[in-house]
Amino acid sequence: MPSNSVHPPSDELLRVDNLKVHFPVSGGGLFSKTTLSVKAVDGVSFALNRGETLGLVGESGCGKSTTGLAILRMLPLTAGRIHFEGKDITAQDARRGEFRQRMQMVYQDPYGSLNPRMRVRDIIGEPLTVYNRAENRSDYEDRIAGLLKTVGLLPDMADRYPHEFSGGQRQRIGIARALALEPSLLICDEPVSALDVSIQAQVVNVLMDLQDRLGLSYLFVAHDLAVVRHISHRVAVMYLGRIVEIASRDDLYQRPLHPYTQALMSAVPVADPEIERNRPRMVVTGEVPSALKPPPGCRFHPRCPMVMDVCRTVDPVLNEMGDARSVACHLHAQPVHLIRNAVPEAVSA
Amino acid sequence: MTTPLLQVRGLTTRFRTERGTVKAVDNVSFDVAPGETLAIVGESGSGKSVTALSLLRLIPNPPGVIESGEILFEGKDLTKISDAEMRAIRGNRIAMIFQEPMSSLNPVLTVGMQIAEPINVHRGTPWSKAMEAAKALLEKVRIPDAAKRLDTFPHQYSGGMRQRAMIAMALACKPRLIIADEPTTALDVTVQAQILDLLKELTRETQASLILITHDLGVVARYADQVAVMYGGRIVEQAAARDLYKNPRHPYTRGLLSSVPRLDGDTSKRLVPIEGQPPDLSRLPAGCSFAPRCKQASSECLKQQPALRERAPNHLSACILDAIQ
Ligand SMILES: Nc1ncnc2c1ncn2[C@@H]1O[C@H](COP(=O)(O)OP(=O)(O)O)[C@@H](O)[C@H]1O
Ligand SMILES: Nc1ncnc2c1ncn2[C@@H]1O[C@H](COP(=O)(O)OP(=O)(O)O)[C@@H](O)[C@H]1O
Ligand SMILES: [Mg+2]
Ligand SMILES: [Mg+2]
Repeated sequence: MPSNSVHPPSDELLRVDNLKVHFPVSGGGLFSKTTLSVKAVDGVSFALNRGETLGLVGESGCGKSTTGLAILRMLPLTAGRIHFEGKDITAQDARRGEFRQRMQMVYQDPYGSLNPRMRVRDIIGEPLTVYNRAENRSDYEDRIAGLLKTVGLLPDMADRYPHEFSGGQRQRIGIARALALEPSLLICDEPVSALDVSIQAQVVNVLMDLQDRLGLSYLFVAHDLAVVRHISHRVAVMYLGRIVEIASRDDLYQRPLHPYTQALMSAVPVADPEIERNRPRMVVTGEVPSALKPPPGCRFHPRCPMVMDVCRTVDPVLNEMGDARSVACHLHAQPVHLIRNAVPEAVSA
Repeated sequence: MTTPLLQVRGLTTRFRTERGTVKAVDNVSFDVAPGETLAIVGESGSGKSVTALSLLRLIPNPPGVIESGEILFEGKDLTKISDAEMRAIRGNRIAMIFQEPMSSLNPVLTVGMQIAEPINVHRGTPWSKAMEAAKALLEKVRIPDAAKRLDTFPHQYSGGMRQRAMIAMALACKPRLIIADEPTTALDVTVQAQILDLLKELTRETQASLILITHDLGVVARYADQVAVMYGGRIVEQAAARDLYKNPRHPYTRGLLSSVPRLDGDTSKRLVPIEGQPPDLSRLPAGCSFAPRCKQASSECLKQQPALRERAPNHLSACILDAIQ
């Protein structure tokens, strides 16, 4: 569980300032030279503390994966700065940057992300070999055994190939590999989405236990709001390349302020018919527009049930609301205590 | 009690594969009352889609075959009627909506033509009238600019709009039963809510019955009247939705409910995973197919296949321990 410790983790591990990643795409007709760009990530800022999990949610295409890959420096940045462990890594390269030993990725697809021709030992041990971390053969074997145990697998599984494992086990192999170099940050991109529901808890529990034991930080990217709530200390909601709201887990889920956050929460059904029957619903129309041509003003305004005139023309800034919450919405351009009464209650925890 | 619209009895569907015979659906029985929504819930590979395809006799043969069972619908046993009779029912009295609309929409025909076709075929309505009906249906599923959209092609539609078009097609002949197989699994959550709300509203309006197939326990709670939980090709528990969530009886159902985090769950509680993994349907154990993962399983569970029985009023469960408790 996200620890409710008396001293909340406070020292900053990662800081992202005004991150932009635009992908050029050839636009117009066949012979047109004009290039448009997909503004996949368009001005994202947040900080992540040591031992903390920041959940990143939003519908497909809103820029979650691109944000993760940009932080790992696996994509060129259009703009912005990234600080990690006190150093500016903006100009570093994923392949050569020293930081990459301390920042690792856990992928969504437990099938595609493990080389089917390699034994588990070599999959997990690859980073140790690349960075020359094992002193000798027996040190190598000990580390592999330790990593397997860490993720709840048995040391003698090292001799097997990926196809001999279930999805949940493969995902744990992926986590073991990510842990090999003792990183401080794991970027987890939809780590349980491809797993069957009865299996997801295995992986969620492993990640939470590891955080307790090793003090790891997670950027936990997912579209499943319930899983994100369970694992995160704080949560950021993205829409069309922007963070529209960021707050502590309980603040966000108990009292979402941005209409998009409210719509997301309301759209997710709760596994209890009694509660579902009485839950107020907030329904938004339409679908997410193309990131090639985001709407003017507030990007959510064409779908927003509370749209005002100003929303159609003026792009709202991400506003500090106090309580470590920020919201990008014209309804909340003033401090939160003045508008508390105007906010509908969400599902209470 | 009203007479059921659909009565399925002992439905068994198998596939012959290189790895042996896959018992995809094994002795499955359930009823669907008029106007009712039955959710079939289960993990991937539990036999949900094969159940749905069996009802419409769309199982590819070979390798598949409906080996036994009865499918009683409006007084006919669908396993016994001719192919021509079945074609007259499919898309007419029973309609189906699939997870991936692109696989069931024809890319070279306009959406309008595809909605009008069943009206023309099953009802003998002339084309011009059928196209008018198609436009009305697109309006009904709230596709903006329906008149213009009628003449465009599926690839010009967004994911949510395609699924709306599929619903329009399904509704075209005013079916009595709609089978929706994971209709929103590929869609984002705000769009999922729109589509399922629409489907529920329109089935209510036409008093059609709905079989909603999903792996999402939240979706079941929001939309279903009755629930059948499938595991390893069998129904392991069946009850009214409210009853099932309040008093889950089968260890698998209970396991599922405590392994999935809820939007309103207690975050200080650890999730309880179900250990192991779902069974391989070509190598099902002799006894209960959940026994290898069940914390309560006894040696008896490994020997004897439990029958789905009524353990409380209108609440069926397939667990031999349930009788003993
Ligand atoms: N390599 C790329 N080239 C062009 N567009 C891309 C590329 N990668 C992602 N995009 C686009 O950027 C947007 C954000 O994508 P992504 O970060 O994958 O979203 P998410 O992970 O939230 O689903 C989408 O519109 C996607 O189509
Ligand atoms: N055409 C087929 N050939 C062989 N096996 C099949 C075929 N279709 C489905 N199956 C098998 O039947 C079982 C049930 O599948 P399915 O009904 O699709 O599961 P679900 O819809 O619950 O995910 C699976 O083990 C699957 O591999
Ligand atoms: Mg992604
Ligand atoms: Mg299926």
